Formats: sequence, structure tokens, C-alpha cells
Amino acid sequence: MVDPRDPTATEPDAFDPRWGASQEPSLGPSAEPGPALGAGIGPDRADEAEAARSSAAETPPARDDRAAPAGAGNGDDPVLEIENLSISFFTRLREIPAVMDFSVKVMPGEAVGLVGESGCGKSTVALGVMQDLGVNGRIVGGSVRFKGRDMGSMSQSELRQIRGSQIAMIYQEPMASLNPAMRVGDQLAEVPMIHEGMARKEALAMARQVVADVRLPDPDRILRAYPHQLSGGQQQRIVIAMALMSKPALLILDEPTTALDVTVEAGIVDLVKDLGRKYGTSMLFISHNLGLILETCDRICVMYSGEAVETGSVDDVFDRMRHPYTQALFRSIPLPGANKNSRPLVPIRGNFPLPHERPQGCNFGPRCDHFVDGVCNVTDIPMEPVPGDDRHNTRCIRFDEIDWDAPPAHQAATEETPIGNVVLRLEDVKKYYHVSPGMFSGGDGQVVKANEALSFDARSGETLAIVGESGCGKSTLAKVLMGLETATSGNIMLYDQSIQNTPIEKRGTDTVSSVQMVFQNPFDTLNPSMSVGRQIVRALEIFGTARTDAERHQRMLELLDLVKLPRAFAERMPRQLSGGQKQRVGIARAFAGGAKVVVADEPVSALDVSVQAAVTQLLMDIQREHGTTLLFISHDLSVVRYLADRVLVMYLGHVVEIGSTEQVFAPPYHPYTEALLSAVPIADTAVEKRKIVLEGDIPSAMNPPPGCPFQTRCPWKDRVPGNRCETQMPPMRRMAGGHEIKCHLSDEEFASMRPVFSRAPEAAE
Amino acid sequence: MLTFLARRLAAIAASALVLTFVVFALTNLDPNLEKLAKGQGSARMSDAEVESWLAGNGYDRPMLTRYGEWLGVLPGWTAEGEDGTVVRGRCIDNAADREIRPRFCGVMQGDWGWSTRFRAPVGEILADRLAATGKLMFWVMVVMVPSALLLGVLAGMREGSRTDRTLSTVAIASTSTPEYVMGVLLIALLASSQAGLSPMLKEWGLLDAPVLFQGNARSAVGDANFWNFTLPVMTVALYGMGYIARMTRASMTEVMTQQYIRTARLKGVPFRDVVMKHALRNALIAPFTVIMLQFPWLLNGVVITEVLFSYPGFGWTLVEAAGNNDIELLLASSVVAVVLVLATQLISDIGYVWLNPRIRLA
Amino acid sequence: MMEDQALGWFATIGRMAMQVWPVWLGMAVIFGLSIRFKRRLGLYGKLFDSTVGMIGYAIVLFWVLVAVFASLIITHDPLAQVAIMKNAAPGSPTGLEDGYPYYLLGGDALARDVFSRMVMGAREVLKIAPAAALVAYAVGICLGLPAGYLGGWWDDVLSFIANLVLAFPVILLFFLLVTPEIQQTGIPNGMAAILFAIPLVLMALMIHSRFVTQPARRNLWLAILAIVGIWAYAGLVFDADPLGVWRMPPNLLNVFIAVVFVNAPTVFRIVRGITMDIKNRDYVAAAQTRGESGAYIMLWEIMPNARGPLIVDFCLRIGYTTILLGTLGFFGLGVSPESPDWGSTINQGRRLLTAYPHAALAPALALMMLVLGLNLLADGLREESLKD
Ligand code: SF4
Ligand code: SF4
Repeated sequence: MVDPRDPTATEPDAFDPRWGASQEPSLGPSAEPGPALGAGIGPDRADEAEAARSSAAETPPARDDRAAPAGAGNGDDPVLEIENLSISFFTRLREIPAVMDFSVKVMPGEAVGLVGESGCGKSTVALGVMQDLGVNGRIVGGSVRFKGRDMGSMSQSELRQIRGSQIAMIYQEPMASLNPAMRVGDQLAEVPMIHEGMARKEALAMARQVVADVRLPDPDRILRAYPHQLSGGQQQRIVIAMALMSKPALLILDEPTTALDVTVEAGIVDLVKDLGRKYGTSMLFISHNLGLILETCDRICVMYSGEAVETGSVDDVFDRMRHPYTQALFRSIPLPGANKNSRPLVPIRGNFPLPHERPQGCNFGPRCDHFVDGVCNVTDIPMEPVPGDDRHNTRCIRFDEIDWDAPPAHQAATEETPIGNVVLRLEDVKKYYHVSPGMFSGGDGQVVKANEALSFDARSGETLAIVGESGCGKSTLAKVLMGLETATSGNIMLYDQSIQNTPIEKRGTDTVSSVQMVFQNPFDTLNPSMSVGRQIVRALEIFGTARTDAERHQRMLELLDLVKLPRAFAERMPRQLSGGQKQRVGIARAFAGGAKVVVADEPVSALDVSVQAAVTQLLMDIQREHGTTLLFISHDLSVVRYLADRVLVMYLGHVVEIGSTEQVFAPPYHPYTEALLSAVPIADTAVEKRKIVLEGDIPSAMNPPPGCPFQTRCPWKDRVPGNRCETQMPPMRRMAGGHEIKCHLSDEEFASMRPVFSRAPEAAE
Repeated sequence: MLTFLARRLAAIAASALVLTFVVFALTNLDPNLEKLAKGQGSARMSDAEVESWLAGNGYDRPMLTRYGEWLGVLPGWTAEGEDGTVVRGRCIDNAADREIRPRFCGVMQGDWGWSTRFRAPVGEILADRLAATGKLMFWVMVVMVPSALLLGVLAGMREGSRTDRTLSTVAIASTSTPEYVMGVLLIALLASSQAGLSPMLKEWGLLDAPVLFQGNARSAVGDANFWNFTLPVMTVALYGMGYIARMTRASMTEVMTQQYIRTARLKGVPFRDVVMKHALRNALIAPFTVIMLQFPWLLNGVVITEVLFSYPGFGWTLVEAAGNNDIELLLASSVVAVVLVLATQLISDIGYVWLNPRIRLA
Repeated sequence: MMEDQALGWFATIGRMAMQVWPVWLGMAVIFGLSIRFKRRLGLYGKLFDSTVGMIGYAIVLFWVLVAVFASLIITHDPLAQVAIMKNAAPGSPTGLEDGYPYYLLGGDALARDVFSRMVMGAREVLKIAPAAALVAYAVGICLGLPAGYLGGWWDDVLSFIANLVLAFPVILLFFLLVTPEIQQTGIPNGMAAILFAIPLVLMALMIHSRFVTQPARRNLWLAILAIVGIWAYAGLVFDADPLGVWRMPPNLLNVFIAVVFVNAPTVFRIVRGITMDIKNRDYVAAAQTRGESGAYIMLWEIMPNARGPLIVDFCLRIGYTTILLGTLGFFGLGVSPESPDWGSTINQGRRLLTAYPHAALAPALALMMLVLGLNLLADGLREESLKD
């Protein structure tokens, strides 16, 4: 989209990836939005900031460029007004309140973000708005008004008229939200056919136009396609198109990009913002990702355990939060300023309360650092306005007593882990799969090159991050390392033993126990029908760590101590544990045989943010203690920056960049790394990002493009003369200090690269 | 698609070959042949006589050879008389005109052998009986499939509702009633002059004949009507109906919880259209395969029902053949049954692909 | 001749209800205890939260207890013939001095007591159906796990064989496999030798893979298994049990094997499908990365987690096996002529069906009830197991 060297873009200070960003707000108390807040409204930040500054005075809270929507009702009346909404689900045993006393207002053209961890009720709110709670769910109090009309008192047919025409919804799983047996065109055309009684032909013509609007290539082909023939990103664009077919006044987006890769997500977010502006649609944006909310929304509502705990404009809440939960949330996510040694993350202690075990008084009480007995746990805490701010409310009874700028109490800096000798060395490792055709048809089948010429080494006590999106071959690499697959060629040395051709059955117990793995999905990592203790003991048996049953039992309890779980958990079944606890058991199991190398495959990506911090911290602690080599596979660059010593970026089976964390997060970048960095949403109003949106989707590994693997999406491609990107595989180029990049770009071009992140230009104020 | 078809056909041909061989082997086991010899000769034959009878009729040669002959890939056996002319042989006994002596006369030549039970060529018998069964099957399908789908869709449309509970119970009850129970119940209820409805109706003067429906369907071969054909059709249909209905319901309830149904609903599509346009096609993919795979099962039902109602169709013939050790007829019936089942599998594969756009074939 | 009046419907039913008193007692005890402790009984306990499941369980329990207490319940010897009772209507008095004074459900064409035969029939069915389903399960699991987990040619070959068996119409298979002639050839014994060996292999593998790191314990368990297993095996397959505990008459063995043979491929397909699903879970990968053997992963990581759907299907399968046994009886295959099992009783009764329906009706309704109970039970279990 944006030329990376656009001369009109602001040229901020060079950004040091380890730069310690301050948690204090850098803006004054005025309601005037700083330029940084213009983040993500339009494609061009400079103009954006300009516009924001010039008009900020007239329309303080709402974003100026959205304030005059087309056909979204008259300016002052809210499009959606939720008042004291309470929703419960009824099971045979009890009533489970999912949402309690929830109020929010969405003005025309406004985008409101709804943020919270899983189980906090944010999606239930969306369904409550749609009045679609299923058989067990019921609204037990409060009201939902759409354009002044109470949705609760509408008949089914009235609701039907509003759904899809006035309010549209976009969901998390694009594949699941499209009918697999119906052509895309028919699914789109259905909307105007129902609501406007349009003829099929006209409806299809309109669908074609909207498909072009969501920037899909070749709309005619797409309209004729079935959903499964499209990629995930294309499917989500179709879902968005479907929502826009009738130009709704309100769009509800429920985690619309969670299932997508980061670079694809960036494209969708960009699209949503543009369309919102173009059609003047109000939005209710539900997400667990604060960074995304910052990029897309004007106002935010933070939810915790069924309640809204803080609402306000994005700036107020991000920079001057007035609820301990909001603050704890921000302290537990790896913002650019965090560092695993000097400024570690602060996990929120304790666990999310189950709906029927909520405490008396403040729901956040048991986990709150500012809890005062006799104050916080007496009565229900009401939503109170924060004086001085516009529509900024908080559900904390002590918000005016708390010192909001005090640093976190228990933030202990730790020593850096010393990095030792090389433990694992890969040389030119390749893994090809032969995809054979079926039993009866001829042909040779295809070769999938899952890993191409991987070389790197990892030292003891080091964290090496392997970064990439789906299909980049990181999981294959893990399998080869573990011995679940053998390498096609190349060398893997563990200490002085070469293991590339030794499948796991042939590896000695020592080798097996010294290379272990932590898995991604906490709900899958433990055998559901075996007790926690039994699973750890089994690992001990297999690794031959202890001789007698009693010794093994003792060792198992020690492992539980190691991962900071109570010893009583040994008797529990996995289903009695929360996601984070299961992940801890998985870690304990991996360390049962004293692992030297631990491959952690996205170990925290499926966990809630506050739990993520705790599990990450635990991994770091164990590493520090045992000098373990950690291979951290992830797509989340924020986490990677926080904990990795070195980073390896992969794309379609190739290593495209490798270097220390500082090197990879600063220019010169590989063009893919640059785009990846830009795509990661950052929940910090003080950080400015250069926006690079990649076109299209990741090609399939079955059918990679010729030449450079990244050439189908590379924005720098035209700077390489002579078509080399499309024909020749670029060489691995050595930059300064062991930093390597696989690209044809010339040294001058590399030198001209500018950082993706920068500190907000405060001077502009 | 073509390679897929070719592959499926190859697999089916392989299955058919193996299965027919198994059937051939089982029907030609020594004790079976001995029984055949005694049945054809006399029950008091000595072992030596049995041996010579078998030898004289070509049964003493290796199983594989005889299988080849039966298939028609090996020349039929012959026995020479004292004068050196061929007097007996597989291909001669059955040929009408002894002068024409085909060398091969197996299934592939269309010669299915001779039925010892009915004293007629197997091919002819089977053709008649299959026609009769075809009629029964046709009506069974006409009754069973639509009602089962309707039942399943109505029940699955709103899971847990009262309609669902009622219809599901009906479906479960009907799958719990195998044909030989269903037949007995129906006859006792509707076709008995002693019990059930008929005596009552008669008492009230609503019925002239002694029974409402006929419990014997022999007459239905030539002239099937409502009174003599309802009971056999219902007997087969009801058992299968419950099963299909349950499958449809399961599939329907699953589809109804899918995200895309919610999408459709929240798009403002009226409930009826949600069901008809969005849910139905997806929900019918699974039951379609089930219906097709019902065939082997239906065949069971047909056998039981035909025996119960004395309806001389294919199933009745099968039982007669088995009971009288009519090897050639049993063999031919088995082949027909197996081929029927395999063919429906093929149809179900193709239909599945056709219904489910997600599956793409090279 | 004090009792020469035929009983009315009401009295007949009342007397039957009284006759099965041990069943009522047993049901009351079992239900009372189960409901009392239902929170501690896992999935079985949760059954008592579902009306459908509870009704199904009650019906099944009823018939199980009838089978158990059959000798207490019957009013007459199921083989005894009382000449005047030929085709007698339900509730007719026998007119004899000794013994129970009525044929509660009438007499059949051979003047035997229909009620007593029905009760004994329950025993016949419940002796075979669950055991046959169990062996079919062992076979299906033993073959389905490797087919699903290892894939490749294991899967190709096993699936091909399973599909072959499934392509046979069941009745045809019965006509071919369950005959006195087949029993002469020894084919059933050969098949039994294979089919009964499979559960033993399965258990041996389970023990071995579980205790592979503790040879002493493993050998102990294997020895126990070997003794019990070989004893039962010898008795069932070769009729060579010196103590005579394990034995099956040849015709019963034939029926048993045929029923297992028909059921196993379906179980195979179910197990294979579930295995293919579960093998992609991370805990399986975790076991692989610890270097566990394939047998351990299949038997201890995958199989226990497949139990939900398998238990449900097991109930359905007992029902289906009951139907199959009835079918065999209906065609007179593999049963002795005087056997009181439901299938053959229906078969004998159907000749006079239009005139005297009661003789066939009683076992027909009994069979239907049992199968219905099993189906409802499966439904309840499915519903409850999905609820977590
Ligand atoms: S009310 Fe008390 S416990 Fe709740 S957030 Fe405020 S200070 Fe913490
Ligand atoms: S080689 Fe060319 S296409 Fe590949 S990353 Fe470099 S500039 Fe882009």
C-alpha cells in the first residue's frame, strides 16, 4: 500500500527496539488528541495527523473524519444505546450470569472497542444486541436501544428486518460463517434480496461492486466460487462484504481477525477502517487485543468477569486508566518498553473467577493490588464518572485514592542469563515431503519443500525465537528437531552427536529427554483421561529419571513446585485445570528429564494476556535456573522482542532473516520482516508505526513462487533491477555483526530503510 | 472426476471378485457338496457313491478351476462317454440344443447355471424374482425416504423442543423394531381375524372382509394393491425410516448450530428460508450416504419381509435356495446382492461429491 | 379343579407383575443406590440426570434382572407340554393339580407356556449379545487403532477387508456361515481361534506398553493374563477346558462367531475415525516426543479418550446384536429347535399368526422393548457425555 520510502511520511527519531517507553502518558490532560492518536485512520499518517490537529478543537471526542457519516441518523442521537444490560444463561443446575449491569453508547460514525479476556462476556453482549442468545440465554435486565427503539420489545419479524440491514455482524472464523454449500455470490445477493426485495440480477451486480470494494481481485470469479476455494483472508473479506451489502448503521465485529495471520490481519484492519469511514458506519469492535482496539476505535470499554470496568475514549483509557484491572492488563502485555531482565512483565495474580464463584463486591477484588477489606468487598460497585474526562467511567470505588503513576510493586529486575556454548547446530537442513497421489492413480505426486537450507546454532541459556506465519515451516522444523520426522538432507548436531537421521524411536533416552517440547494448545496438551501427576510420572518412567515409585512421586512433586503449582494438583484431572495451569503442567512434563533444549511451539498464544505474562515469566525463570536453550516458535513479535536473544524469521520454508533481537527489530530489515513488524498492533499511544500493508495472501507451500519466496507480496521488489526477484533465489547476505538477510536488494537500498516504529513526535504539539 | 470413477470402479471390481470367490468357496465346501449329492441322488448314498456322483458331475476338480469355469474365464468341464464323444459337461446340460457347444459358459457369458430347487435356469428365476423385489423396494423407498427426511428435519430444526422430543422418540421406537417384530405386530394388529382392529371393525359393521389388510402378499406379485401390499411395504420401511430419520436429525442439529446458520439468521433470513436454503443441503449430505448404505440393510429387511409375507421375490428365493442347498441359485443370488451393494456404494460416493462442493476430485 | 376360570386381562397382568418380584426388588435397590451416589459415579451417575437415559436404563435393567432371576420367575418348565393348552389364550388355566395354575400368556402350538419361554428367552439373548458385542469391540479396536494411527498400507488393507465384509448383506453371510455343514468343516473354530486371540493380544500389549520400564511388574501381569487367557481360550475355541467352566456348544459358537464377524467391521470403522481425529492432538505429539511406543500411544493415550462415543455405540451395538440374534432365530439358523430364544419363538409363532397371534407377539414385544431400552440408554448417555 504505502511506499516504504514515502517522502511525505513523518520522519521520527530512530527507534531503538529496547527503548524503554515510559508508562506515563506523554500528553497533557487536554482532550485534544495528539497526532499519535491519529494512528490507523487513513492510509497516510502525515495527512492524518494534520487533519486531526486542525479539527480537533471542534469535535473533541469523536474522530472528526468519521463524525459526518452518510445516512447514520442525525448526529447526536446514539445509534446503539445499551443500558444496564444483564444477560444470564440458564442450565439445569443454576443461573449463570454472563453479563451484568452493562452500559455503552455508540454514536453515529463512532467505533467502540469492547476488550476483555475470554469468558468476560464480550461476545455475549454482541449476541444480546442481536437478540440472538439461543435457548438457554435470556436478557434479565436493562435494555438495548437501536436508534431509539427498544430491541427487546420487537417482534421476530421486526428484528429480522433490522438484522442484516441495519445491524450486521462479522465473526471470528470466516470459514465457519460462510455456508459451504452455497456460492459466494448467492450468499451476498441474498441480503438485498431479502431486505430490499431486489431482483437476483441486480443483487448480483451490487454484490460484484461490493466485492470490488473490499479489494478482492477478479470479483466475477469470486462470486462464482464456493467459500472453500478462497483463502482465509479472502473469506473474511467476503464476510465483510456481506455485512456491508445493505449499508448498515451499525457493524458488530467479533474478533474478526483472530483466526488470520498477522500480515493478513493488517490488511483486514485497514480495510475495515477505510470502509467504516466511507460508509459512515458505527462499529462495535470486540477484541482481546488492545493494540487492535487502539488502531481501530475511538472509544473503548474494558470488561472483566461480566461487567464493564472502565469506559472512555481510547486516549483516556490508554494513557490515564482509572481501574486497577486496566492497569494490570497493560502491565502484563509486552509493550515495546518491557524487557525480560530489567523491566519484566507483571502478571495478574490469581485466576479469572468462574461465573458462579464471583466474589462479593468488586469482582476484581481478589486479584487487585489496591484491595481494601471492608471497602471493596461490601456492596456492588457502581460505575462512576472520572471527573475532568469526557464520558470516562470506572467501576472502582477507590479510583481517586490510588496513586496511578506508582510503579508496579513487585517488579524485580533480574540478572541476564549468561549465554554458554553451542548446544544445537543446524547446517543446511532441508525437509521435503513427498505428497503421494492416491492408490490407484498414476503420476509422481508433488514435493513440498517445507524447510529449505536452514542453518543456525543455539547456545545454552539462549532464547532463539523462530518467527513466521502459517505455512512458513516452523512446525516442520520442530518435528525434525524432535525426531518425529527425519531431515531430507543437512546436519543437526546436538552437542557432538548428529541426530538428523535418527527418528525418535532410535534415539537414546538421553537424547530424547534432552530435547523436549512445549505445545501450543493448552486444552490439548494433556491427556484428558489421566491425572496430572500420573502424566508427569509417566514421563519420569520413560526418561528413567528415578528408580522407585516413591522417588518418582517425590520428583513429580518437585516438578510441580518448579512450575509453581500446588502439590495437590497431582491428583487432579486435566479438565479441572485452567488453560494456564495446564500449560504449566506441560512445561513440568517437558522438564521431567532435565531437558537441555526446549522447543516451545507458540506456548502462550492460546492463553489470555494476563496468563501469558505469567507463563512466559515461568519459562524465563526455569531457563535462568537450568541454562536451558529455548527455541521459541511464535508469530507474535511483541512477545519475541520481549524475551528472545536472537530471532530467526521464516517465510515459506526459508530463513529470510536471522540476527540478534536488536538487529532484527531495527533497519536494515528484510522486506518481509519490515511488513511483519508493521503489522503487529501495539497498544501504546506513544509509539508510531509506519504502515506497510501487504497485498494478497501467503502462497501455498505446495506451490511456491519461483525466485524469491516473498516476491508475490514484496513492496520492494521493483527496486531490484533485472527481474532477479522473480527468477533467482536471493543469496543469504551477511550484514554487520552476524546479521543475515536473504534478499537481492543492494546495500544502498538497505541503508535507506527507515525504522518501522518511532516515538511519537511530541515536538509537534 | 474420471480418475476417481475409474479408481472406484477398479476397487469395486476387485471387491466383487473377492466376494464372489468367497461365496463360491463357502457354497462349495465339502459338506455342502455332499448334501447336494445326497439331495440329488438319494439320502442314503454311501460315501463312495457320493464321491462318484461328485466326480461324475465335475465337482471333484480344484476349487479355483471350478470358480474359473463358473466365471466363464475357463472352458467348461466335459465328460466323455465310452465312445469318446462328449456326453456331459457344464456347457452341455444347460444348452437347449446339444449341437451348439460353447466352450465357455460362465457368468460372463450370461449363463448363471441351473437351479436344482426350481428346476429352471437360474437367470430366468432371478429375473422374475428381482422384478418382484424391485417393486417392493420401490414402494419402500417412496414411503421411507421422504417421511424419514421430513421427520429428521422437523426434529433437528429446533433441538430440544417438544416436536424434537416427540419425533425423536418415534424414530427411536421404529429403529428398535426389526422387521420380524414389525411384521408380527402389523399382522396381529391389522391382519388377524382374532385380534387387533379387524374383529372390532367387523363388529361395527365397517368391514366386510374378515381382515382389514392381507397378511399374505403372494397375490401382490401380479396385482399389487393397497390391501395386500401395505403391510410388507410398511414392515420394511418403518425400520429403516427410524434409522435415516435419526441420522438426518443428528446432521440437522449439527448444521443448525453452525456459525453460518447464525450468519444467515442475523442476515435477516426468515427461519423457513434458513432451514430450506441454508441448512437443508448441508444437512442432507450425511444422510444421503446413509440412505445409500442402507441398501445392504434394506436387503435384510426384504428377505425377512418376503419370507414373513410369503412374497416370492428375491429374498424369498434366497432363503429357498439356502434351505434346499441349491448352490447355483444361492451363488447367483449372492452375486446379485453383492453387486447391488457395491453399486449403491458407488452411487453414494458420486452423490456425496455432487452434494458437497468442498470435496474436489482430481 | 378349583381354577377353571380364565383370567381377565387385568388379573393376568397383575399376576405377571407379581411373578417378576425379584426384578422389582433388584431395580429398586440399584436405582436407589445409584441416585443416592450419582455425583460420584461419573458418566453412569450423570445418566440419572436424563429422563430418556433413565427410562432406557430402567428397561434394560428390567430385562437383565429377568434374565438373572429367570429360574425364579418362570411358572412352568419352558419345554414342558400340557396337551390341552395347545394355542391356549392368555390367562387360561392349566387345569392341573400341581404347578402354577395358569398359562399367563397362553400356550404355543406345542402347548408350552409362552410366558416362561419368553422369560427364558431373555436369558438366551443376554447370554450372548453383550459378550458378542464385547468381542466385536476388541476386534474392532485392535484393528481400528493401527489403521487410524499408522495409516498407510495398514489402513488401505484393513479398510479394504472391512469394506468387503460390510458389502455382504448380513443375511447372506448368515446363510453361508451359520449352517451345520459349516460346523463340520471347522471353519467356525478357525475363526474363533483368530477372533478370541485378538482380545488377549490387546490386553497383553496394554500391559506390556504400560509397564515397559518396569519388567518385573510387567512379567507378573503378563503371567496372570496368560494363565487366565489360555484357560478361557482353550475352553471356548477347542472345547478343551479341563474344568468345564469355559465352553460353548458348536452351534452357539457358530452363532457367536457370525455375530462378531458381522459387527467387527463397523466397530473398526468407528474406532478408525475417532483415532484419526485424536491422533492430531498435542498430547499424542507429547507422547511421541517422549519416545513412547506406538502401542502405548494407541492403547493408553488414544483409546481412553475415545471411550465416550464408544460406550454409546456399545449400547447401540448390543441392541443391534439382539436384533441379529433374533434374525438368526427367525430363520432357524444355528439354534436347536426347542430353544426358547425370542427369534425362533417368533418364527414358530408366525405360522399361526393370523389365528393365534399371542405366541409370536409376546417375544416380539419383549425383543422390541429390550432394544428400545438399549437405544434410549445410548441416547441418554450420548446426551450426557456431550454436556461437559
Ligand atoms: S474496587 Fe477495590 S478491589 Fe475493586 S478494583 Fe477498585 S481498588 Fe481494586
Ligand atoms: S529478493 Fe526481491 S522479492 Fe525477495 S524480499 Fe528481496 S526485494 Fe523482495
